[in-house]
Amino acid sequence: MIEVKDVVMAFGDKTVLNHVSTAFDRGKTNLVIGRSGSGKTVLLKSIVGLVQVTSGEIWYDGALFNKMDFAGQKEIRKQIGMIFQGSALFDSLNVQQNVMFPLDMFTTMSTNEKLERVNFCLCRVSLENVNQLMPAELSGGMKKRVAIARAIAMNPKYLLCDEPNSGLDPQTSIIIDNLIKEITEEYDITTIINTHDMNSVLEIGEKITFIYEGRIEWEGTKDEILNSQNQYVDNFVFASGMGKKIKNMMV
Amino acid sequence: MRFLYHFGKYYQLVGKSFSKPEKVSIYYRRALKEIELLGINSLGIVALISVFIGAVITMQTAYNIENPFIPDYLIGLTARDTMLLEFSTTMIALILAGKVGSSISSEIGTMRVTEQIDALEIMGVNSASYLILPKIIANVFFFPLLAILSMVIGVFGGWLACILLDVISPEDYITGIRYAFIPYYIYYSCVKMVFYAFIISTVPAYHGYYVEGGSLEVGKASTRSVVYCSILILSVDVVLTQLLLS
Repeated sequence: MIEVKDVVMAFGDKTVLNHVSTAFDRGKTNLVIGRSGSGKTVLLKSIVGLVQVTSGEIWYDGALFNKMDFAGQKEIRKQIGMIFQGSALFDSLNVQQNVMFPLDMFTTMSTNEKLERVNFCLCRVSLENVNQLMPAELSGGMKKRVAIARAIAMNPKYLLCDEPNSGLDPQTSIIIDNLIKEITEEYDITTIINTHDMNSVLEIGEKITFIYEGRIEWEGTKDEILNSQNQYVDNFVFASGMGKKIKNMMV
Repeated sequence: MRFLYHFGKYYQLVGKSFSKPEKVSIYYRRALKEIELLGINSLGIVALISVFIGAVITMQTAYNIENPFIPDYLIGLTARDTMLLEFSTTMIALILAGKVGSSISSEIGTMRVTEQIDALEIMGVNSASYLILPKIIANVFFFPLLAILSMVIGVFGGWLACILLDVISPEDYITGIRYAFIPYYIYYSCVKMVFYAFIISTVPAYHGYYVEGGSLEVGKASTRSVVYCSILILSVDVVLTQLLLS
């Protein structure tokens, strides 16, 4: 479980996160949604320590992460798998080397063991015979899958995804979403997904946190979000003309 | 104040780069790869420029000091010392700042804007050390060799000018390049090149590492890093020449 307690994040005069408190449960796909610029990515970066919060606490299963020294944070980070918006695969390494990278850095496994693990992870994300391809040779969906394979290579306890289906077509997005959900349940890990894709929300949103202008405006499940009485949530969920029609029909 | 801010940040980054590697074997492999990418791949341009400059220095010296009281072999001596003392180090370093420096800056800058550096950090890898230290090691070890190569090829270029263009007799040229040779000049050049290598590795790395924005900013950072490298190389040249030759 990851807990965020009273987190404030300010860049100069601008407060991006305003006293944010929430908990992300283990074994569930926790979604953080909100408009672009609402503070989702900053929240995710704060959780992994890529940016230092101005005040507040971030806890990983009872360990106060943001007050730890570099070595302590490093140990926690080894248990985190992260999927970035642009996949963030290493350009100079092929698919196999990308997935093998954390194993190379932090394990004493033999080459054969590492190769076996790489093939298992690639197989898990339904990618085969791509080991020698370079990231530039992959499609957007394949890059995301490789990123997922790399993220799960070390058997992480926490999986953080920053808009994992941005730039993907709706069908591929659903495949990626379901893959993340399956992995979350299979390995019983704490997963946080940043997204503003309503398909993802309705497909895999077991716990949804809605952020509006840096503060948590609403929390609930995918079933509750459709009937939310919160105006901001309503505007976000039924933003399109089609969405408004559906809402009127529902009413 | 702005200078102090950047200097402090640069100092911190260099300090972070020299922290203990996660796995020495991986850093060793990366250093070898960087030697190939940054050093061996620069052999061609260094050789080409050196041979032409060696020839031109010889020709210009010959055309400008036509005097019956000055023996011809001094042209060879002038060409040799020019190559050894300044061209094969400072000029080659300026060229490498353009080639290698911009490459380092754009590589690390692109990794920053595409979140690859963030990915390293989240995995628990010291990104500064992983990305920058192998480049420093590769350049510091290989650039002095490039300087020595440039000296040899530059002197050879002068000899070619004598043979092909009949500037002076090759015998006089050979006598000149063997006359009053001071081996310390090689040592002096190598020491200078080690400093230049450090600048060419770390200054562009700094500009790339802290780039913010997109591809336009990466390009700007790359250009800026070459400008700062060139200024620093010339400044360090003055200081080291005073320290080592005075």
